[in-house]
Amino acid sequence: MRLYDTEIASRLLLGTAQYPSPAILAAAIDASGCDVVTVSLRRETADGSGAGFWDRVQATGARILPNTAGCHSVQEAVTTARMARDLFGTDWIKLEVIGHSDSLQPDVFQLVEAAGILCGEGFSVFPYTTDDLVVGERLLDAGCQVLMPWGAPIGSGQGLRNRDGLRAMRAHFPDVPLIVDAGIGRPSDACMAMELGMDAVLLNTAVARAGDPVMMARAMAQAVLAGRSGFDADPMEPRDMAVPSTPVLGLAELA
Amino acid sequence: MITIAGAGLAGLVCALELLRRGAAVTLYDTGPDPVQSSVARFAGGMLAPWCERESAEQQVITLGASAINWWSEVTAVTRHGTLVVAPARDRAELTRLARRTTGHRQLGAGDIAALEPDLASRFSEGLFFADEAHLDPRKALCDLVRMVRDLGGDLCYATRAPDRVDLDCTGMAADLPHLRPVRGEMAILHCPELAIGRTVRLLHPRIPLYLVPRGDGVYMIGATMIESSSTRPPTVRSLCEMLSAAFTLHPAFAEASVIETGAGLRPAFPDNLPRILKQDGTVYLNGLYRHGFLLAPAMAARVADCLIPEISNEHHRECRTAGGCQRNPVRSAG
Repeated sequence: MRLYDTEIASRLLLGTAQYPSPAILAAAIDASGCDVVTVSLRRETADGSGAGFWDRVQATGARILPNTAGCHSVQEAVTTARMARDLFGTDWIKLEVIGHSDSLQPDVFQLVEAAGILCGEGFSVFPYTTDDLVVGERLLDAGCQVLMPWGAPIGSGQGLRNRDGLRAMRAHFPDVPLIVDAGIGRPSDACMAMELGMDAVLLNTAVARAGDPVMMARAMAQAVLAGRSGFDADPMEPRDMAVPSTPVLGLAELA
Repeated sequence: MITIAGAGLAGLVCALELLRRGAAVTLYDTGPDPVQSSVARFAGGMLAPWCERESAEQQVITLGASAINWWSEVTAVTRHGTLVVAPARDRAELTRLARRTTGHRQLGAGDIAALEPDLASRFSEGLFFADEAHLDPRKALCDLVRMVRDLGGDLCYATRAPDRVDLDCTGMAADLPHLRPVRGEMAILHCPELAIGRTVRLLHPRIPLYLVPRGDGVYMIGATMIESSSTRPPTVRSLCEMLSAAFTLHPAFAEASVIETGAGLRPAFPDNLPRILKQDGTVYLNGLYRHGFLLAPAMAARVADCLIPEISNEHHRECRTAGGCQRNPVRSAG
């Protein structure tokens, strides 16, 4: 999978918040086999600290995708992105502009505006968006080369609320990497996203808040692999008529 | 003579344990008095190992099980259990907690009203951890100091420890590998309208809250968990969230006085479990994280085992066999 001229092997991207401990986080990253982890700049490092924590994340060797989680305006998101670039030394930014505090739904108007500014400044922008096709087009116009549609509201674990919307996105943007971001609750959700032809899934809470985060990280990795293979293998179409799976012609020869 | 750097919670509990085993002890602390010397002054003071199991390792229960009895010999411990409630919308949080913890029973609206009349009709479901308890951290620190002094312990406040000490309990001031700060913010409210008698946890997908009664209508609420080394006062956002969660618990908190707000740093190792380390002839007890009052007694017993191994009494032997010594995260560095 190619994201902004970088070849990424694993199609699972993992968030780093809410784990019971940094030790479990590191073990979960390891078990997931992911190559990219998202980190939130906003609350945890607002004062330039938590160094022990970030050292540990960086020690996993995963590539850091900083995010603008919790930003509610263009200005806030742009400022956070610039700080992230300084702090983590990367142009990659997961752009989140929240429009509604209860559902954490993206404010797509401000998202497009912020994406335009950041792409203009040389950022590689990963926009957290809805499954709206027109918004997707605007984000590509703004300079984004990846789209990250939601499956369901952040942290809700509801899975894919609009499979048809995601299917339409895949059809409409056949050559743009699509990463389902947010809403994944169980391995079956991740698998389904991959079967729909998404290029990757990004999740956090489903692993971090599982009873055994490390085991869940492994399960998600397996689900992503299974779903992708299922998509690549060109699955059969469902049909109404039953078709026997063993031959029915001929008579049994009972010698 | 055993010298201890740091007269916070960990240092004092170790001192008491050592004094009880017959050692002579001197504590040094750069702070001015028992309360200001310990970040534990910001703690909730919950002795709640079963609830904590939701996000902590099994060792927290193993090591914390004896804490309630230990503290009862030191200070006033309120053994009223922990009540856990959630708003109807967040019932799934209650289900999750129930599944991941033990030592609780399910409550209906009537049971909640019977336990805490002031919360009657506010919540239709809850969990009750009957064997849990709480204490007042500041009172406990002062009681500890009194006991340490009564047993002949020497406490030197506003004094730097010598360069070499036998035991280092200086928390974040200790330069130990992998030790990190986890910031916590809290507030103390005075709400004479309410008479809540036990620790109450309000579950919420984003802003879980605990409330610990301090008596006379005073309540401590907390606490945030932020990967940060900042010691600046609590942020508006954190306070907004905590105070609105308190308001969700009971609207009478709208009229409560905010007596105090505070922020402190919990020292923690990567697995959020405490460790005893030996380095250049000094024993370190550190990383008590959010479980200071819960785990300090068991860890202090192990520290005493390290410092005076030749002394072995009944209690001592009990700890070694029953306390899960094999799984005890005692590690050597260097």
